[in-house]
Amino acid sequence: MLAAVARPTTFRDVADALTLLVLLTEFAMLRSSLPRSQVRLYAFQSLAVTALAALVAARHGLGDLYVIAALTLVLKVVLVPWIILRVLRDAGTEVAGSHRLGVATMVLIALAVSIFGFFTIGSMPFHSSSLPTPALGLSVAEILVAFMIVVLRADVVSQAAGFFSLENGVSVVSLVVASGLPLVVETAFLFDLVVAVVVFGILMRVHHRRTDTLSTGVLDRLRG
Amino acid sequence: MSWVLVVLLAAPLVSVVVCAVLPNRAAQGATLVAGLLCFSLSIVLVGHPSSTALSGWLMVDPLSTVFVVPTAFLYFTTAIFSVGYVHPAGDEVARARYLRRFWVGFNVFAWAMLMAPIVNGLPLLWVAVEITTVVSALLVALEHTPGATEAAWKYVLIASMGLGIALVATVVMYYAGSAVLGSGLELFYSRMLPAAGRFPPQITELAFVLAVLGFGTKMGLVPVHTWLPDAHSEAPTPVSALLSGALLAICFYAILRYYEITERAVGAAFPREVLLAFGLASLVLAALVVAVQRDVKRLLAYSSVEHMGVLCIGMSFAAPLAVVGVLLHVLAHAAAKGTAFFGSGSVVRKFGSKDVASLRAGIVFLPWSGPMLVLAVLALSAMPPFGIFRSEFLIVAGGLRSPADAAAAVLVALVTLAAFGLTWYVGRTMMSPASLGTTSSEADGSPEPPPWPWGGLPAAESEAVLATAVVTVPRAQGEQERPSPTRGEPSPWIVAAMILGLAALVVLGIHPPAALGTLLHRAAAQLEVGR
Repeated sequence: MLAAVARPTTFRDVADALTLLVLLTEFAMLRSSLPRSQVRLYAFQSLAVTALAALVAARHGLGDLYVIAALTLVLKVVLVPWIILRVLRDAGTEVAGSHRLGVATMVLIALAVSIFGFFTIGSMPFHSSSLPTPALGLSVAEILVAFMIVVLRADVVSQAAGFFSLENGVSVVSLVVASGLPLVVETAFLFDLVVAVVVFGILMRVHHRRTDTLSTGVLDRLRG
Repeated sequence: MSWVLVVLLAAPLVSVVVCAVLPNRAAQGATLVAGLLCFSLSIVLVGHPSSTALSGWLMVDPLSTVFVVPTAFLYFTTAIFSVGYVHPAGDEVARARYLRRFWVGFNVFAWAMLMAPIVNGLPLLWVAVEITTVVSALLVALEHTPGATEAAWKYVLIASMGLGIALVATVVMYYAGSAVLGSGLELFYSRMLPAAGRFPPQITELAFVLAVLGFGTKMGLVPVHTWLPDAHSEAPTPVSALLSGALLAICFYAILRYYEITERAVGAAFPREVLLAFGLASLVLAALVVAVQRDVKRLLAYSSVEHMGVLCIGMSFAAPLAVVGVLLHVLAHAAAKGTAFFGSGSVVRKFGSKDVASLRAGIVFLPWSGPMLVLAVLALSAMPPFGIFRSEFLIVAGGLRSPADAAAAVLVALVTLAAFGLTWYVGRTMMSPASLGTTSSEADGSPEPPPWPWGGLPAAESEAVLATAVVTVPRAQGEQERPSPTRGEPSPWIVAAMILGLAALVVLGIHPPAALGTLLHRAAAQLEVGR
C-alpha cells in the first residue's frame, strides 16, 4: 500500500521500512510479557528512530539533525533503558504477563486503533518534505498503540515504557512534518524526556518500596 | 523592563540553591524572599506588560502577565503558609531530608510555573509545563503514604501521556506555521500571530484540538481529569494549593495561546465550540460530585474542575466582557483556592483527618483560620464581595448578551449547584455545633476536659450546651483514637497567608486597581474576541 502511494526509491524504501519497524516494535512491546524484554524492545525502537533521523539528515543535508540523532542514540538507546533496567534489577521482582486482556484480543484492539490512526491522519492535508508522507500515519498509529500499552498493561515498568515509546512516536512525527525545528528546541525536548525518565524511575522505586510489587493492581485506594 | 523577566526566573533558582545547601531556616527565608520578590516584580509587570529579554526567548505581553501575577502571588503566600505548615514527623535526619526535598521541589515547581508564561513560543511553553509535571509528581509522592504513592504514579503517567498529545499539537502547529513562514521557525508568538491568518485551516484545527486534549489533561478538563482529585488530595497541602491555584491556570494559558492562533486562522467559532464542550462536561461532573464529596481536599479539587469548566465556557461566549471575566476569574480563583487549601491544611493539622465525619465546629477550634476558611469557600461559591463574584458576574453578563445564552443559563444553574455542595459541606464541618468540652470561655487554648458522650448528658444540661454551641468531636467508626483538639491556631504563618489571600479576593471583588483593569482589557483584546 505504501508503494502505491509513492514511486519507490531507495530512500523511500529505507525510510518506509524504518518507520514500519518502529510501529512493529510497538506491537512487539504490547505483546511481550516480560518488562525486561519490553525495555530492550524500546532500545531497539529508539535505534530505528536514530537511524531515521540520520537518514533524513543525510538526505537533506540538515546538520542539526545529526546532533539530534547522536543525542537520541546516547539518551534513548543507552541511558533510558539503562535507568529502567537498573530499577528492574534493584527491584528484584519480575512481573510476567501483566496483560489486562488476552494477548490476541489486545493485538486486535491495537490493530484496529492503529488502522484508525493511519487513515485519519492520511485524510488530513499533510505534505512532508523530509520523509514519505505515509510515515506520518504510521507514527500516529504507533502513538495510539503506545496508548494501548499504557491502558492494557498493569505494571509500572510497562506503563513507563509505553510512555517512552509514545515519545518515540512523537519524534518520528516531528521528523516527518517538522524536521526544521530549531536545534535548541529539539534539545530541550530530549532533555525533558531524560528528566521525565529519571522521575519515572524514582516513582517506580517508591512504588516498589511501598507495595513490594511492580504491578499496578494495588493502586485502587483512591476513588470518587 | 527586560531585567524584570530575568530576575523573575533567576530568583527562584537562587532560592533552589540555598534550599539545597543550607539548613531549613535559611531555606524558609530564601523562599519567602524569592516569593516576595517575584510577586513585587509581577506587580511591576502589571503596569508595563510588554517586554522581551534574552534575544527574544523570554517575553511578556498582557495575556502572559495575567498569568504571571497569580502564580507569583501563590508562590509568595504558599511560601508563608508552608513555613507554618510543613513540620514533618520522624527523627532528625529524616526531618532534615524531608524539609530539604520539600523546599527544593517547591522552588523548582514555582520556577517552572513562572517560566511557562514568560518563555516565548509554543515549544518552550510545552517544555516548561512538562517540567512542572515531573517536579510536582515528585512533590506529590513526598508524603510516602500509600495514597500519595498511588496518586503520584497516576498523576505522572496520565499527565505525561496528555503532554505527549500536547507535544504532537506543538509539532503540528509548527508544521502549520512553517507552511507559511518557512522552516527554521522558532514559533515565537510575535512571528506566528501576524501570519496565523494564512495557516492551513484544517491542520490548525487539528493542532488546537490536540492542544486542548493534551493541556486539558493537566488542566483537569473532563473526561481527562482523572488524576486531579487524587493528586490534589494526597499531595502536601502547599503543593495542592500551587497545583490547584496556579498550575491549572498555567495549562489554561497554554490552551489560550493555541486559541489565539486558531481563531486567527479559522475564525473563533471552532475553538469556542471545542472549549464549550469540554467546559460543560467539566462543570456538570464537578457540580454533581462536589455535592457528595466527603474528603475536604477532594472537595476543593473537584471545585477546581468546576472553575476550569467555568473558564472554558466563559471563553466560548462571543463576548469581550466574558473574556475579561475569564481573565479576572483566573486571578480570583488562584487567591480563593489558595486560601481554601490553606484553611483545609489548618483543619487537617488540627483534627488529623480529611474526612467530613470527623470534622466538627471548625470555627470554634480554629478562631482565625476556621472563619477564614468559611469565607474562602463562600468566595469560591461566588458570593459577594469577593473576586469570583465579580468575575462570574462578568462571564454570565457577557454570556447572556451572546448568541450562546443557553450555555450561560446552564452555567448559572450548575455553578449554583456546586456552590450548594460546597457551602453544605462547610456548614456541616465548620459551623455545626460539634464538641463538648470546649467553651468560648476556654479560648486561651487550655486543654479541654475529656469529651462528653451525647448519651450521658442530662436533658436540661444538653439544651444549655447546645445553646452555647458546645459539642463533641464524633469519631468515624474504625478510626484510631486521636487527642481531642484544643482551641487555637496551629501557626500564625497559616493565618497570615490566609489573610493575604482574602485581602486579595476583597480587592478584586470590590475595587480592582485601575492598572489591573487596563491589563485585563488589553489581554482580552489580544484574544481578539468577537471576530
